[in-house]
Amino acid sequence: MRRFLRPGHDPVRERLKRDLFQFNKTVEHGFPHQPSALGYSPFLRLMAIGTRSGAIKLYGAPGVEFMGLHEENNTVMQIHFIPDQCQLVTLLDDNSLHLWSLKQHGGASELREEHRFTLKGPPGSPPSATQITAVLAHSSREVLYLGTESGNIFVVELPSFRVLEDRTISPEAVLQRIPEDNCNRRSCELVEALREHPKNPDQILIGYSRGSIVLWDLQNNKATHHFLGSQQLENLYWQRDGSKFISCHYDGSYTQWPVSSDNRQPEPLENTVPYGPFPCKAISKIYWQTTKNGLPYIIFQGGMPRASYGDRHSISVIHGSQQTAFDFTSRVIDFFIIFSSDPAAEFDDPSALVVLAEEELVVLDLKSAGWPAVHPPYLASLHCSAITCSHHVSNIPLKLWERIISAGSKQNIHYSSMPWPIDGGTNIAPDPPQRDLLLTGHEDGTVRFWDASGVCLHLLYKLSTVRVFLTDADPNDNMNTLGEDEWPPLRKVGTFDPYSDDPRLGIQKIYLCKYSGYLAVAGTAGQVLVMELNDEDAEHVVEHAEADLLQDQEGYRWKGHEKLKTRDGPVRFEAGFQPFVLVQCQPPAVVTSLALHSEWKLVAFGTSHGFGLFDHQQKRLVFVKCTLHPSDQLALEGPLSRVKSLKKSLRQSFRRIRRSRVSSRKRRGAGGNASEVQEANAKFDQDTLQEMELAPVQRKIEARSAEDSFTGFVRTLYFADTFLRDSSRHCPSLWAGTNGGTVYAFCLRVPPAERRMDEPVRAEQAKEIQLMHRAPVVGILVLDGHSTPLPEPLEVAHDLSKSPDMQGSHQLLVVSEEQFKVFTLPKVSSKLKLKLTALEGCRVRKVTVANFGSCKTDDYSENDLAVLTNLGDIQIISLPFLKLQIRYPCIRKEDVSGIASCVFTKYGQGFYLISPSEFERFSLSTKWLVEPRCIVDMPEVTSNNHVHNKSGTENAARKS
Amino acid sequence: EFRRFSLERSKPGKFEEFYGLLQHVHKIPNVDVLVGYTDIHGDLLPINNDDNYHKAVSTANPLLRIFIQRKEDADYSAFGTDAVARKKNVLSNVLRPDNHKKKPHIVISMPQDFRPVSSIIDVDILPETHRRVRLYKYGTDKPLGFYIRDGSSVRVTPHGLEKVPGIFISRLVPGGLAQSTGLLAVNDEVLEVNGIEVSGKSLDQVTDMMIANSRNLIITVRPANQRNNVVRNSRTSGSSGQSTESSLPSGTPNVLGGLLQGEEESDDEDIVIEGSGEPQHIPKAAPAGGSVESLSQMELLHEAAQNGFLPSSELSLNHSAGSISMECEAPDPGHKSLEEDGTIITL
Repeated sequence: MRRFLRPGHDPVRERLKRDLFQFNKTVEHGFPHQPSALGYSPFLRLMAIGTRSGAIKLYGAPGVEFMGLHEENNTVMQIHFIPDQCQLVTLLDDNSLHLWSLKQHGGASELREEHRFTLKGPPGSPPSATQITAVLAHSSREVLYLGTESGNIFVVELPSFRVLEDRTISPEAVLQRIPEDNCNRRSCELVEALREHPKNPDQILIGYSRGSIVLWDLQNNKATHHFLGSQQLENLYWQRDGSKFISCHYDGSYTQWPVSSDNRQPEPLENTVPYGPFPCKAISKIYWQTTKNGLPYIIFQGGMPRASYGDRHSISVIHGSQQTAFDFTSRVIDFFIIFSSDPAAEFDDPSALVVLAEEELVVLDLKSAGWPAVHPPYLASLHCSAITCSHHVSNIPLKLWERIISAGSKQNIHYSSMPWPIDGGTNIAPDPPQRDLLLTGHEDGTVRFWDASGVCLHLLYKLSTVRVFLTDADPNDNMNTLGEDEWPPLRKVGTFDPYSDDPRLGIQKIYLCKYSGYLAVAGTAGQVLVMELNDEDAEHVVEHAEADLLQDQEGYRWKGHEKLKTRDGPVRFEAGFQPFVLVQCQPPAVVTSLALHSEWKLVAFGTSHGFGLFDHQQKRLVFVKCTLHPSDQLALEGPLSRVKSLKKSLRQSFRRIRRSRVSSRKRRGAGGNASEVQEANAKFDQDTLQEMELAPVQRKIEARSAEDSFTGFVRTLYFADTFLRDSSRHCPSLWAGTNGGTVYAFCLRVPPAERRMDEPVRAEQAKEIQLMHRAPVVGILVLDGHSTPLPEPLEVAHDLSKSPDMQGSHQLLVVSEEQFKVFTLPKVSSKLKLKLTALEGCRVRKVTVANFGSCKTDDYSENDLAVLTNLGDIQIISLPFLKLQIRYPCIRKEDVSGIASCVFTKYGQGFYLISPSEFERFSLSTKWLVEPRCIVDMPEVTSNNHVHNKSGTENAARKS
Repeated sequence: EFRRFSLERSKPGKFEEFYGLLQHVHKIPNVDVLVGYTDIHGDLLPINNDDNYHKAVSTANPLLRIFIQRKEDADYSAFGTDAVARKKNVLSNVLRPDNHKKKPHIVISMPQDFRPVSSIIDVDILPETHRRVRLYKYGTDKPLGFYIRDGSSVRVTPHGLEKVPGIFISRLVPGGLAQSTGLLAVNDEVLEVNGIEVSGKSLDQVTDMMIANSRNLIITVRPANQRNNVVRNSRTSGSSGQSTESSLPSGTPNVLGGLLQGEEESDDEDIVIEGSGEPQHIPKAAPAGGSVESLSQMELLHEAAQNGFLPSSELSLNHSAGSISMECEAPDPGHKSLEEDGTIITL
């Protein structure tokens, strides 16, 4: 047996394989999981996001993105761009500093870590002496000022990270130069903020946690001004001209301070508690932006009344009499303002507010009335409702593409028309080869249509199925219906909404026909909806049918959820995909497989009880087939959640805990505790997982028997026009594969188009194949006379595919979790097989036919099977001879949800979830590769900079 | 009751026909009976398949004395070679010293009910410390019945002794197939599954491989207890001692060979039901060779033979030249077992 499986060493084939296959993880789509820091360079117009896993991602104009990963995998605490440089410094929670730079290499820019550094105190000093709390990247680009918990401010040279000890600003030095009566040693502990004077680079403002603020002259090494704050300090911000600055405090207040040469110890100009008089939460960050018309923008985070709104994640914008407290759906990590970066400009003139919340990025247009949100071209929150399934459609016809975009644009009218304000860098990637759609089904009953053609995964259109059903949630329930004089003036922003009103609405299967615009979606409560694309709003009745999959099986009781209640009468639908048929399976178990044939106008669906075929032209149920084994009690009783693997559910519950855990990461008296709690939690997670690994694991060796549960579970459905009965006439057929290794084939009689409405569609069972190894059937495919997979419905009609060869004999490929088998048709006899599990101990999780083109010649392409196994490996298996071509490790085998979420495209790419909010895109093809390729040019290159870079690399070389 | 009839020695026919004939002669058409005969040593031996039937006919000298017992009140212990072997066979005395002295006869079923459950194979090509065990699984009535776990074993490598991860048998289910063979034990290290090394594979992978091969599972182990290893120089009785194969009556290897072949193929014999018809095994599209007959097909032939039974007209026990054809049958078991080895090597 083995000699058949030993890979052949045909040198021609080996060379061809190199031209066809290549594995790359190309880009991460979506929103970074657990973001922890934000940075922005007005000079480069690039934004940087750091995460708790140590990743750092840079974003500019759509298509411009870079990613780096800290080896330590520690939380990124702060990100600071070096002014006027293609460099940035990150601070991790292990107190290490990392210098990253964007360098051009091979015609494109790359993000690389250049240098790392940990601040060392004198021997015997406590760790807090060097615990960095504030970082100032000085405009001279030569030094970094590092404020610490001890109150010392260390100066390190860039890019070497050499500590300039003689320039350290110690609390003792500061105390010597300020009047003694109102200061003690403790008032200069913990540097909270460091801000360079906007006009005079020799002056920096130092804010200590206890409220003291000192303006320090770097040239003369002395304090020029001392500001005596009474409240615990949170942050500082200079007015553009340097005549004033603003401080914000723990008690929810902010204070303006004048800076003039005549008064060395000025009193505050104004002290305000914006949401007083009751105790308020801290204002952790504040901006003061000047405008031409004289009215400044004051923008701050937090400060809400502690008792009634203490749980809100808010950022307030005050501009004259206008005031809005933007209420975010998750904790605010950080924010920045995009304003005029021209140093000669007199005013800030802010244009946009960019807010990084824990689960989404929100950008608000400050130029337009009402401060509307800007639709981000990337960083979409894929998980605004948990993703329950995905479906990819390649090569969308232009017509359908435009109609979807037009339907989507009608949904996006509330967005600002402002062009995307973060527009640094240049995208030099070639235009995407084709238009691709990625459809994601969500827990809340929505389907989102993403433009997956290029590097930016962009939301085109959102479809909701909720309207068809009567649910407890009132669709008019709107959080924004606050009264005019409501205080505080909260306004909900963002789309993240993980709380599903009714889990039965969840979408489980999606099938889109790109030629006809027919869409079928199926959900958790056995609902199957068939929809059609309509460019106009419409009101109509959704035709409703029930499919009793149990038929004659009596005496069983369904203990799971009830079916969804439907709305009577006509329902209004907005332009887009509008449902016209609803089939509800009985019992209302989750729909486990779905197939649509737009040419025959048939939809097939399967659950754990059986499957059915519905004629959506005549709106008539053609047949149902119960696949239950009489002893299969479990399937009858309840939802599948019972058999979910323990591993997965544990993992999910950990995720949930993590997601909901709200804790401040600020390091202060109380803050220190919070981070300890976090650490303890992380440790607990780790320990628990480790314990699970260490538990005495043993596995039972037992052959699969017919009495196993869920043998009737329908895993796959497939329509084919093939030779089912005899070799002279082909006919439409429906194939179904079950968890118990059974394949059912039904012969269909579809009336010709002219009598389509008059005669019923008929179906008759023609074959039933029981695979002896009884493994779940995960894929069925018919190959034509040339061993080419049959084309999709309407593909031939649209001249996009050659007609299948109906002369030669067709072959049936059945893919189970354990084996690939080719059978002859119409007489089913076994022809070929590949026993994957018996040989390698892995099982098939996902399988698709993919077309691979050669990167060398345009005229060669071939169809192969792309297979994802339970070990997270991807294998490519040739058709029709079932020879393993190549294998790539792709997903960690422990990442069960990643493996479950994987979708392949028809041209050898794929997507899988690396977190609830991010898709990793990968490519198996040498020809179809979508990856970021971009250039970030220095707006102006100074000679100084060149020298620095050089010495930096020399240093790095010496170190290594 | 005694009946005497004749049978043509050169054409004894099939056992089924003979059995039908007996029932006809004794007018006991619907009674299950055991058929036995005494061989030249005076041992009472059963006749229950074609081979021992042919053997019996060939030994008739010239009379063949046949004993017929009603199945339900048959005395099984009367069969076998024990009565004679006890005195003659020193080996059996050594192996089972107290077997015949104290204990009453163990009631065992008829040879036709025997089937192989396991065997030790490839003794000649494996190191003495390893054991390759083949488990035969029939239907679903008896579980394979063992568990495996992760562990570590010490290997001698060029760098000295090294601890390497391994897969071990952690538990045997009482009454399960694995335990009943006596060839596998807790803490045996699993080295290969159906010819594929398990090193570098995870516990789950090995589990899946074993389950996928459960219909014809061949596992190579390094037994925790190395004392019962097969001694290499006793080549001919290579698989003696532990193996159940050796305890099979000499008449059955023929069937065994057939079973092995059948099992090999029936592993993949999916069943197809055309329309509303009867289930059928899916034949191979391109049969590798006509010689290999699947188990089920053999059964079908069997049935056909049964249906096509004709009451024989010639009942002669007179000797004829027919014994030659029976001698031709004799080398068959050896031939089959050779084939068995052949299939194993390809695995």
